[in-house]
Amino acid sequence: MLLAAATCMPRPAAAQSDATPSFKTLDSIDARVQGCVTCHGHSGEGTASGYFPRIAGKPSGYLYNQLAAFRDGTRKYPPMNYLVATLPDAYLREIADHFAQEAPPFGSPQGANAGATVLLRGKTLAMVGDSATGVPACVACHGAGLTGMQPAIPGLVGLRSNYIVAQLTSWRVGNRHAIAPDCMRRIASRLTDADVGAVAAWLSQQQPPKKSEPGSADLERMPLACGSQGQAER
Amino acid sequence: MSLVRRHPVLASFALSLLVLIGIGAAVLHFEHPGRLPARPPGAEVNATTQTITRGEYLARAGDCVACHSVPNGREFAGGREMPTPFGSLFAPNITPDDDTGIGRWNADDFYRMMHTGVSRDGSLLYPAMPFASYTRITRADSDALFGYLQSVTPVSQQNRPHELKFPFNDRDLLIGWRTLYFREGTYQPDPHESAQWNRGAYLVQGLGHCAMCHSAINALGGSSESAQFEGGMIPNQNWYAPSLTSNREAGLGDWPVQEIADLLQTGASHRATTYGPMAEVVYDSLQYVTDEDALAMAVYLKALPQHEPSAPPNPQARLVEPSALALGRTTYVAQCAMCHGDDGKGQAPAYPPLAGNRSITMRTPVNPIRVVLNGGYAPGTYKNPRPYGMPPFSHILSDDEVAAVVTYVRTAWGNAGTPVTAAEANDLRKLLPE
Repeated sequence: MLLAAATCMPRPAAAQSDATPSFKTLDSIDARVQGCVTCHGHSGEGTASGYFPRIAGKPSGYLYNQLAAFRDGTRKYPPMNYLVATLPDAYLREIADHFAQEAPPFGSPQGANAGATVLLRGKTLAMVGDSATGVPACVACHGAGLTGMQPAIPGLVGLRSNYIVAQLTSWRVGNRHAIAPDCMRRIASRLTDADVGAVAAWLSQQQPPKKSEPGSADLERMPLACGSQGQAER
Repeated sequence: MSLVRRHPVLASFALSLLVLIGIGAAVLHFEHPGRLPARPPGAEVNATTQTITRGEYLARAGDCVACHSVPNGREFAGGREMPTPFGSLFAPNITPDDDTGIGRWNADDFYRMMHTGVSRDGSLLYPAMPFASYTRITRADSDALFGYLQSVTPVSQQNRPHELKFPFNDRDLLIGWRTLYFREGTYQPDPHESAQWNRGAYLVQGLGHCAMCHSAINALGGSSESAQFEGGMIPNQNWYAPSLTSNREAGLGDWPVQEIADLLQTGASHRATTYGPMAEVVYDSLQYVTDEDALAMAVYLKALPQHEPSAPPNPQARLVEPSALALGRTTYVAQCAMCHGDDGKGQAPAYPPLAGNRSITMRTPVNPIRVVLNGGYAPGTYKNPRPYGMPPFSHILSDDEVAAVVTYVRTAWGNAGTPVTAAEANDLRKLLPE
């Protein structure tokens, strides 16, 4: 009867619901990462709770860099800093590999959340960049389909605008850092508040491409030097 | 040369072969370091090496690195902020740098500091440095620690001055503190107890400085000897360090010794799991102690006198409002039962049991509320390198639901805890996890 009461409760759509822990085999990585699921979803697809990003399918090197930075306090978000504070490198690699290999379906992109002028500015920044201020296009590094690049550049498709705004803003004000040379710091410092809002609005509306894996590292020359790309290799 | 000129193909082949052999040897060397002799057979480790190695082990057991390093910074270079109710202290540089560290100290200076809490320049140390525990350390162990610290890479990094509020910034006040709370003296073995018990007592009371958290800190920042190991809130961290002398909390009177040793050294056992500050102690320090030392500590802890011999016999479920109990049960079934089981028995050591788990039922509900709100991972250790973790529920459950589910686990299955209010859950929700 109790179970019935629990299952009768209204549940949001399956793709991005608030996930409750569940797993098949106790001795598995799946059971070990239950500590992630209420925020990031069972397969890393994200949850309906506004802020938490999709982590599935991001390059393992990117996910590892973030986990290590949260553990060491160089990226600050207290709930994450606390959760991974006492986890060794090899295990963080395993967790990163696990979510990098997941490929759950994407949720629907956010509805229109900005006017046409703003979205056009966002699209221009993402696809072309701004040569006047020296901002390269997002797609130059994050891939034509915005699905990221091996080994350590994250996909942007499937992220919500509030998460993108928060990250770009914290780079601008110096709260978020990547491994030096920190290319995202150079880029974010050249964006205005309006630019950040515009590019986040446009990115959050994009449909994922059919092939959503990150691109290969040796196909593109990057316009700016990024320390994360070199450091993530094993 | 002539070979190269006459048989260029053969020469390049020979060269390639040499390179390949070289690579092969290198791969063999790095892949199988254990198969190559580490040092010529017959060579013995000299006395200095032995001392330094022992000093390194003792430094681990004393967890020096936790306070004397900043995360991701140079080991032992200091600078870590220690917030206290009296202001912030900054741990000093203890690398052997001549100008900013302890490079110009000698073993006598070091022993005086460890044993009496007086620094090389004669100033009194603040008791954030656990000299009230370290005073128990033998001279030989102090010398080994000093030898190890002198052997690490010197780091030039100026000490950051403490930022203490008036009047605590006056070190003369420490004379009063020392009179009240400091008893100088090396550990004296108890001839009526076993060597194992004495070794455990030496580690727990001395290097382990367990009393720093597991004794209540009073308004003067001290803890009386009579209240040693009786538990207390850890100042500024909002975690409760349970009493080690009460069977209602973390008293270990009825635990098998091996389970205690596992909890200390591995971070998770069949009876309980460490989270928060204790997980950090296991991660930084206790996972490195030998099996013998972990067992010795367990033997001593198990034998601590128990001030409250048994848990209150009656389950407290009758104290809970029926509606709160129903909400707690519904929430438990939906969110918790998958891992901890309908019967609360968990799947130890992966998912700890909640039934009969005293960290759930102890008087202060701070720790179970925090774990529901923020989740937690057991520490990743040599013996448990891939720990299991619990997710945060702060964004899913309301204060009422948190209070109801914590009340449920504190009172279900015969557990003898007391109900929790939504206000208590809300107070802890407002604090960021550390």
